[in-house]
Amino acid sequence: MATAPWAEAVAIRVGSIVAAFITGAVFLAATGHDPWRAYREMTNGAFGSLFAVEQTLIKAIPLMLTGLGVTLAFTMGLWNIGAEGQLVVGALGASWLALSAPHLPAAVMLPGIVLLGLAGGAMWALIPAVLRAFAGMNEIISTLMLNYVALLWVDYLVFGVWADPAAFSFPYSRVFPTSAHLPTLFGDVHLGLVLALAATAGLAVLLSRTHWGYEIRTVGTSPAAARYAGMPVRRNILVVMAISGALSGLAGMGEVSGVIHRIQQGLSPGYGFTAIIVAWVAQLRPWAVVIVAVLFAALLNGGFVIQMTGVPAAIAYMLQALILTFVLGSEYLLRRLRRRRAVATTRAALAGSP
Amino acid sequence: MNPDQIVLLLAAAVASGAPLIFAGIGEVLAERSGVLNLGIEGMMLVGAVAGFAAAVVTGNAWLAAATALAAGGLMAAGHALLTVTLGAEQVTTGLALALFGTGLSAFVGKPFIGIPNPVPFRAVALPGLGDLPVLGRIFFRQDALVYVSYALALVAWWWITRTRPGLHLRACGESPEAADAMGVNVTATRYGAVIAGGGLAGLAGGYLSLAYTPAWTENMTGGLGWIAVALVIFATWNPLRLLAGAYLFGAVDALGFRVQLLGVETSSILLRMLPYLFTLMVLLVITLVRRQAYVPAALGRTYFREE
Amino acid sequence: MRQPLVELRGIVKTFPGVVANAGIDLAIAPGEVLALLGENGAGKSTLMNILAGLYRPDSGMILFGGEPGDLHSPRDAIARGIGMVHQHFRLIDAFTVTENVLLGWYQPRFLLNTRADAARVARIAEDHGLAVVPQAHIWQLSVGERQRVEILKMLYRDARVLILDEPTAVLTPQEVTLLFTAMRRIARDGRSVVFISHKLDEVMAIADRIVVLRAGRVVGQTTPAETTPRVLAQLMVGHEVESRPRPASVPGPTVLEVEGVSVIGDRGNVALQDARLELRSGEIVGIAGVAGNGQRELAEAIAGLRPPGAGHVRLDGRDIGGLGPRQRWAAGIAYIPEDRLGEGLVGAFDVIDNAVLRDYWSPPISNGPFFKRARARAKAAGIVERFRVRAPDLEAPVRHLSGGNQQRLLVGRETWARPTVLVAMHPTRGLDVDATTAVHGYLHDLRAAGVAILLVSESLDELLAVADRVIVLHRGRIVGERQAAAATREDIGLLMAGGLA
Repeated sequence: MATAPWAEAVAIRVGSIVAAFITGAVFLAATGHDPWRAYREMTNGAFGSLFAVEQTLIKAIPLMLTGLGVTLAFTMGLWNIGAEGQLVVGALGASWLALSAPHLPAAVMLPGIVLLGLAGGAMWALIPAVLRAFAGMNEIISTLMLNYVALLWVDYLVFGVWADPAAFSFPYSRVFPTSAHLPTLFGDVHLGLVLALAATAGLAVLLSRTHWGYEIRTVGTSPAAARYAGMPVRRNILVVMAISGALSGLAGMGEVSGVIHRIQQGLSPGYGFTAIIVAWVAQLRPWAVVIVAVLFAALLNGGFVIQMTGVPAAIAYMLQALILTFVLGSEYLLRRLRRRRAVATTRAALAGSP
Repeated sequence: MNPDQIVLLLAAAVASGAPLIFAGIGEVLAERSGVLNLGIEGMMLVGAVAGFAAAVVTGNAWLAAATALAAGGLMAAGHALLTVTLGAEQVTTGLALALFGTGLSAFVGKPFIGIPNPVPFRAVALPGLGDLPVLGRIFFRQDALVYVSYALALVAWWWITRTRPGLHLRACGESPEAADAMGVNVTATRYGAVIAGGGLAGLAGGYLSLAYTPAWTENMTGGLGWIAVALVIFATWNPLRLLAGAYLFGAVDALGFRVQLLGVETSSILLRMLPYLFTLMVLLVITLVRRQAYVPAALGRTYFREE
Repeated sequence: MRQPLVELRGIVKTFPGVVANAGIDLAIAPGEVLALLGENGAGKSTLMNILAGLYRPDSGMILFGGEPGDLHSPRDAIARGIGMVHQHFRLIDAFTVTENVLLGWYQPRFLLNTRADAARVARIAEDHGLAVVPQAHIWQLSVGERQRVEILKMLYRDARVLILDEPTAVLTPQEVTLLFTAMRRIARDGRSVVFISHKLDEVMAIADRIVVLRAGRVVGQTTPAETTPRVLAQLMVGHEVESRPRPASVPGPTVLEVEGVSVIGDRGNVALQDARLELRSGEIVGIAGVAGNGQRELAEAIAGLRPPGAGHVRLDGRDIGGLGPRQRWAAGIAYIPEDRLGEGLVGAFDVIDNAVLRDYWSPPISNGPFFKRARARAKAAGIVERFRVRAPDLEAPVRHLSGGNQQRLLVGRETWARPTVLVAMHPTRGLDVDATTAVHGYLHDLRAAGVAILLVSESLDELLAVADRVIVLHRGRIVGERQAAAATREDIGLLMAGGLA
């Protein structure tokens, strides 16, 4: 009897989350913290009040966007590890407009920063895309290196020409003009949520209902068959990476325009890396990305909150990575076990026949 | 720049290159056996914090180095279990471990930030060799772990090319089917290579926190693990070429710090971009020159006997 | 027989969904050439892989000289004197001959000494009359030379039982004769040779004893003196095998011209040089040649996957050089590639997605940007029905289908829109007799309907039985052409090996 694959996937993930938390508890206990208290406070910090829920949603927005971007790239077999850099450069683009042209009216400023966020991220992703499409250079290292370059670029600007004169050489820029603040939907949750959900719907339709989506899936699953069928691989690499980067860039725009209203060092607590975990745990399905993004945002939020009690915020990153590791381990373990079971079933049938 | 400054620069390049040698040789071993280990950044960080903690707790520098080695090896055992035994996708598994190592090291290392290293490895001049005019000042007035790195590169080269176990290692990375049919234990070979590789990555991190810096800060490797992966490709999986590449890279790194001494006015922040851009450039050149022929043919591919 | 050297008793081996060996008893006598005969999928390779230590049997015993023994790994098998040459050679391309022969724990010297080792290998090779160059790298060697290295590996380890899995599939007829001579000499030495094959005439020529397997069981044991090919064929397949007479055909006008086409291969070498041929509607032209002599490059040049460095390809008189694979498909060129699961089909996709791999992007399957799955499903259902593809359902991943059903799906998809030209590379490779017969039937039906077919195959028998004309490729050049009805295997074999036309 076969379990519905969907149900099995969910079961694996739930089990992995539990296993991850248990492992995390071991580390917490070993370093002298009370795990159950820590987890309780994390949950409180993530969902315990309206404010907490808002904060979780706010952190979920960039995770959704970067997660979608990474999902698209991975579906085509492109290892885009550069979502962090693409997010940052998107933020740079948006900040440039906000800081250089502060007197623009909101009607021009807002679409402008959205566009620049998209463009910045797309541009940063196109560099490794071009290298891959035309020189055949593997994108894992190139996207990674560009992450570090992007982060240093932000440092350069916020310590330099964009530095806030009132900040006494702290690494952040002047505050954006109100025209460049993203409107909020409820509480502090900004417009980025709508953009993220729209992007999710768009990506879902793209991947499962369009012939372009069929093409992307084929290139990602079997490049040899894609070549055989005459699919335009080079063009797809460029377009897919550009969109992937643009989505992350949008996330960066959302952070600087919707949350902190300035640009600063450390504007992203590693959203671009968490996005990789989110995409994988969500099995590269857009709507699942939304759910997993909220969960991981909750972890991040909880992590920030319990710093007060002396537990390092890094517990959140550990838990995220552990969840992915357990998901990977269980999926492949199940695959081996299933094979063994199939062999046993066939053997039993043989024994039953003359 | 006067000759004295050049010598100092080269000596700094050797020290900067040492962690790349440790991590790079480790990755050469793993990849030559056919397993891609992208988790070395995380293993380096875990090694760094484990070594530092051991130094603080035990006050014994060599024990601390051994702890760093063990910590990296333990993490790599996890990678081997997932990829070799369970056949998990090697890129994702490596990334997951890299992220886990980053988080774990930050978590465990919190109490150690700002604490000075009680027993750092200090520069020790080798008797006789240290007195050589130029080479002595560059190569033989370094700390003990750097000397270990020299030996490591040479031993690794000899092991891989001149011994039977080395032949078997290479066979696993070229064609596990052929190796298996001849009675080579592919699983054991791959486990050994990956764990050794992870251990060396841990030692690389330990070098940073015990000798080079020597202190513990979060994310102190700053991408060195990824650069090591790139260097392995640049070196076409050859330990001696890796040595040269590591020093070349070390020179770029050291130059970045010293350019201002030359009177050149540039932001130190932009200079810190140099290593990453240099890596990118180097990789591009290698890809264009098409050294495809040297890639271990079975790299990244899972092998199960009955499938 | 006297005390058998090795005996297998009651061997059972199952894989997911298939019982490869359903209780097999087999004895191997010293100094004999034993043929293990059966069609593709009968379980011959599996059984021998068990003897070679690569597979573990579910149940059963292996006896060595009467004593039961356990084989945990190839190392045990090698220690007991068993050696196997697999169908796909297990050699390391980047290593030298010496390194490949010395690989493993037989005589485990810790340090490698290149010169001494090479000398040792050369000496053993000479002792057994096998010509090898110890310092050569495997990628430099021809198929025949590689096979010699594989055999040398076993003799170096003083193997008492040498297993050869379908060794003649990649050889010219002349090379087959050389191989048989080597096999007889090895048997005279007192060693046993197990010859796995599905080729009746070869088995009749070389074997001392024949064991026939079908569907995982032994169905017959005999000697060449006591049987005929017809009886063997019937044992192999389980029913009367009718040889269909070749239907007569009258070819029509020329539809495809290949003129002076030269193609650069993957290694930068000239893989195809100045190729010139014509395909007429309603004819099947076979391409013979040992693998790696330019067949793939020719097929890909026609299909639009590999632009020729020189020359022209014309379809119905029109130069199609500027058209890519998608446009050539639309223009009427269908292509069944050699790698059915890796290239022609996407293993992880289901039957529906695979059915539209070629035309997913245009009406009727797609309406503007939208992919209409319902229409794809209808097409898939049509193919499944017409070509009798056996699949659990249309959503089953194609990699779960048997090789024969995968090929039916592939042929069905490629010919659904009645192409003008069909290029088929090794379409019956790995298929059992029934599936092979079905594919040949499809090819003849297409020919009757006026399709021009280019059939690339490594089986001379298949080419002579199915094609109208046979063209031989050697080292990238067309070296001869024969009418199939008048050609002989020796004649074509000579051309394949580079002899003059």
